[in-house]
Amino acid sequence: MTVMSYLGAIGAAQKEAMVADDRVVIIGEDVEANVYGTTGGAGKSRAVEGDFTQQFGRNRIRNTPISEEVIVGAAIGAAMTGLRPIVDLSYSSFLYMAMDQFVNQAAKNRYMFGGQASIPVVFRSAMFYGLNTGAHHSDRPYPMYMNVPGLKVITPAYPSDAKGLLRSAVDSDDPVLIFEACILWGSKEDVDENEYFTPLGVGRTIREGSDATIIAVSGAVPEAVAAADALAQEGISVEVFDPRTLVPLDVEGVLTAAAKTGKVVVADPAHQTCGAAAEISALISEHVFDSLRAPVRRVTTPDMQIPFSPALERQLYPNRTRIADAVRAQLGVTAPSATAGV
Amino acid sequence: MTAHPAPDVTELSDDTLVEMQRRMLRIRRFDERASKMVKRGAIPGTVHTSIGQEAQVVGACMALGDQDYMTGNHRSHGHPIGKGAPLGPLMAELVGKSGGVCQGKGGSLHLSNFEVGSLGESGIVGGSIPIAVGAGLSAKVLDNGRVALAFFGDGAANQGNLYEGLNMSGVWKLPVIFLCENNQYALSTPAHTVTSGVIADRAAGFGIPGVRVEDGQDVLAVYTAVNAAVRRARSGEGPSLVEIVTYRYNEHSEGLKLGVDYRNADEKAEWVAKDPIVLFRAELIRRGILTDESADALEAEVLKEVDEAVAFTDASPYPELSVAFDDLYTDSVYVTRHFNGSPYGTLEAAR
Repeated sequence: MTVMSYLGAIGAAQKEAMVADDRVVIIGEDVEANVYGTTGGAGKSRAVEGDFTQQFGRNRIRNTPISEEVIVGAAIGAAMTGLRPIVDLSYSSFLYMAMDQFVNQAAKNRYMFGGQASIPVVFRSAMFYGLNTGAHHSDRPYPMYMNVPGLKVITPAYPSDAKGLLRSAVDSDDPVLIFEACILWGSKEDVDENEYFTPLGVGRTIREGSDATIIAVSGAVPEAVAAADALAQEGISVEVFDPRTLVPLDVEGVLTAAAKTGKVVVADPAHQTCGAAAEISALISEHVFDSLRAPVRRVTTPDMQIPFSPALERQLYPNRTRIADAVRAQLGVTAPSATAGV
Repeated sequence: MTAHPAPDVTELSDDTLVEMQRRMLRIRRFDERASKMVKRGAIPGTVHTSIGQEAQVVGACMALGDQDYMTGNHRSHGHPIGKGAPLGPLMAELVGKSGGVCQGKGGSLHLSNFEVGSLGESGIVGGSIPIAVGAGLSAKVLDNGRVALAFFGDGAANQGNLYEGLNMSGVWKLPVIFLCENNQYALSTPAHTVTSGVIADRAAGFGIPGVRVEDGQDVLAVYTAVNAAVRRARSGEGPSLVEIVTYRYNEHSEGLKLGVDYRNADEKAEWVAKDPIVLFRAELIRRGILTDESADALEAEVLKEVDEAVAFTDASPYPELSVAFDDLYTDSVYVTRHFNGSPYGTLEAAR
């Protein structure tokens, strides 16, 4: 085990994948200069080994023009004809520039060609929300892609999951979109430096509990854990479950975690309407209604664009305070004054 | 991998020349039959025929090797046929039968036939251009000697992704041929009313060759231009833009009836007078490669192939309902979790 940041784990997974398979290429804006720190050795190893361009060459590290539609489309075409690209799209809101390629080509080509195509391609993008980047850089758009059958959508919340899930994504023969919450990039964890693969479609119980269940997505996961820590001080025992991948979704895991306590809060940084929380809540209500002891409660970002000013932005996302308040509301208790506003 | 020999137009064998005529005839008769089948309801939905554009299709396809890739658009029955695909599975696809190239899941708008390098049509105008760029990228990275050709129309020439693709493949010297099938109308809109300048000239802005073939009804003229672009791509010099001026005889799509006469009868008659199949038949006879009798026999053979394709289609069953749930992903995790043996629904219920 070694301590890795989330970003370091992404870089490690990319390097493993590049070494393991010559068909893996990295395509994206500014990947040659390792601007985001995922296409080079980390720390000391960077000085020794150089960046990916030195290690793997320009044939496999493809620094692109700013042309999202052809970046995405070419990655799809390359995947259909023998490569296994990892595409770095930088910001998640840049995905919209290539929406036709995602929805009409990546998602549909295998299906509408009767299985003739397989499209092993990974699209990485970072959600810069919570960092005062304004409305064009703060989107959390994964629910839009959950609504497109044919795409896989993953949202790792921890460095260890980022590494294992990215390796599985590269190994998948289907298009996978990985959404990285930028606020998690610096988070650190003990990570196995050897190769391992975390399966898509299997969630992770972060914390066991018996009074209430929080199902949390992406950047809301550490906030849910912080809320659970605070609630533990009040004698409230909270289960925290992270689905880790939204398509395929660990429906069994979600339902089991929900039914365990019957009092469920779903925390999701996406917008409320048709967000991941909406789908998760609906599944719970449909399938384990008899186990519920209160209506499922969502903690999401309101259906509002993201303002720039830190005074305005910070309050919008699911944070530990809002999540803890939602759990207390499920249990019919109020926050003790000592812990109010954690 | 050995590169496609790509003979010069003057070195084409008699057999190859006859094969060109055969493939043009296949496209013509296939689409004529499809048109009739749409009109009597045997093909659901509609089709977009390549009738009138056969020289442009076949001249381009025959400049490609068997291993080369191509992508198409909504008007793409001709492309796999031009590349040598058998007609039966293509016709079965138009009808939605299980014997179709896409098992009935694509239809006319999404024909693809990977066995002949056809990576698929896009029903979104211009949508498959980046796919061809990617096929060129894989050929370059894997150094397998293949090239990729993107077929698109004069309408798609005004989509932004073409210029992203020209730029990316230009700067990376990808083996891609951008082939504009300029049939002069985007549905009802005359190309000259929405196109600033000449399409082929736009290549100059990317520092790559741009060629306009004015006589796109001459299969050998098309072959010559595309062959040069293919050779250039295969030798590592990068992409080219080739614009072929041609004409579709039928309406944009079969069964479409517009109140506006956007193409007058004189114009159509002018183009029919230089029909690519009639012209090339005469050329083959002039060269002594075919006689009137053998040319007639060729036409009869192709008609028989089309009859057989229809018979193949008739004999092919419609797909099982479960096929609707196949091939979304390469693994079955998703469908299994959502519909099979779970407390939250069954495949049966999903129907």
